[in-house]
Amino acid sequence: MASTITSSQYIQHHLTNWTYGRHPDGHWGFAHSAEEVAEMGFWSIHVDSLLWSFSLGALFLFVFHRAARSMTAETPGGMQNFVEWVVDFINDNVRGSFSAKNDLIAPLALTVFVWVLLMNLMDLVPVDWIPWLAGQFGHFALGMDPHHVYFKIVPTTDLNITAGLAVAVFVLMIYYSVKIKGLGGFLGELSFQPFGKWGLPANLLLEGISLISKPVSLALRLFGNLYAGEMIFILIALLYSGGILWGTLGGFLQLGWAIFHILIILLQAFIFMVLTIVYLDMAHQHH
Amino acid sequence: MNIGLTLFGQTIAFIIFVAFCMKYVWPPIMTALDERKKKIADGLAEAERGFKQQELAERDAEHKISEAKQQAADILNQAQKRANEIVENAKSDATEEGNRIKEAAHAEVEKEVHRATEELRTRVSVIAVAGAERILKKEIDAGAHRDMLEELATQI
Repeated sequence: MASTITSSQYIQHHLTNWTYGRHPDGHWGFAHSAEEVAEMGFWSIHVDSLLWSFSLGALFLFVFHRAARSMTAETPGGMQNFVEWVVDFINDNVRGSFSAKNDLIAPLALTVFVWVLLMNLMDLVPVDWIPWLAGQFGHFALGMDPHHVYFKIVPTTDLNITAGLAVAVFVLMIYYSVKIKGLGGFLGELSFQPFGKWGLPANLLLEGISLISKPVSLALRLFGNLYAGEMIFILIALLYSGGILWGTLGGFLQLGWAIFHILIILLQAFIFMVLTIVYLDMAHQHH
Repeated sequence: MNIGLTLFGQTIAFIIFVAFCMKYVWPPIMTALDERKKKIADGLAEAERGFKQQELAERDAEHKISEAKQQAADILNQAQKRANEIVENAKSDATEEGNRIKEAAHAEVEKEVHRATEELRTRVSVIAVAGAERILKKEIDAGAHRDMLEELATQI
């Protein structure tokens, strides 16, 4: 692929989503290039991100629901064992970090962890495989130029996806803050700390920033880590077009980076979950 | 990379997934885990109880064994005593019996001696009378001299 296009085009191609949206002229349709995607602005849907995200979420729920349905208190086997292991792990974390009583938190943490982990795991699939398949499919089945078939498979390298999760967590934070402390209590917390009522503007500024920074950091941390990882995979993949020597080197590099990246994948999913729990715990606390 | 509708799609999916997880995934798993936890706890308590019972039974058994040993020793002692007693009794019986036999024999002997003496005495008196008859060459009235003869006989 890289032999017919330049490196920057190759990278650009890998970083562009398959997008459905409103063209500047007002009609809705798929974007055929990165420029068109950019022009769509807000009114765009990253079909590939959502497709993979929904599929992986559904896969998670399917597997866990099947295990949950056939759950017994007797000796667990195979899948049940694995599911129990994960659930126990989540439960321990929730108990360790969340002090209030809320039946939503544990399932929320489980969903966040497994879903994000699955989405991150897509990063380990060699960067060209599925996009190439999609390109071939687009070329032969739909008669498209394969260079115009965009197909990103790692949803968490899409800021929309990580921000989507963070927004949901943020809404929950606000909801529980207001529910537990009342609207007055919540606003009071924003206005009268840490400097008392005479420092109200400073308080509002500080607390407001600290409040907003929570979902922003949540979204950006996950996105940044995965995006950077993906980028390195893409750069390594560029080596494959440089002849057998560079290609071999690239193979080893990719293997090494993938092994190291497993750590990041797990860690980021874990951090996202723990921070979700902690933020919601803070929302439940009176200060 | 632009923020767009994708974000809301993801948020909605997230809410749905969490709701599903909360309703259909988490509770059954937790129920089963809790149930198993309870089962294990019960099993452990049961084992603990069994262990205690065994200990108790062991102690009981030990107690009984020592009691039995004591009893056996008592019985043995008693038997020993009884045996001694029997032996003693037998000994004294035997001695008594021996004495009796000895006495009887003694009496017999005495009786025999007495009879012999009596007989001897009568014979001696007869012989004496005959002797006297011969010496005196005349009849002696046995009736008249009986007293004298008898006196003589006793002197022998």
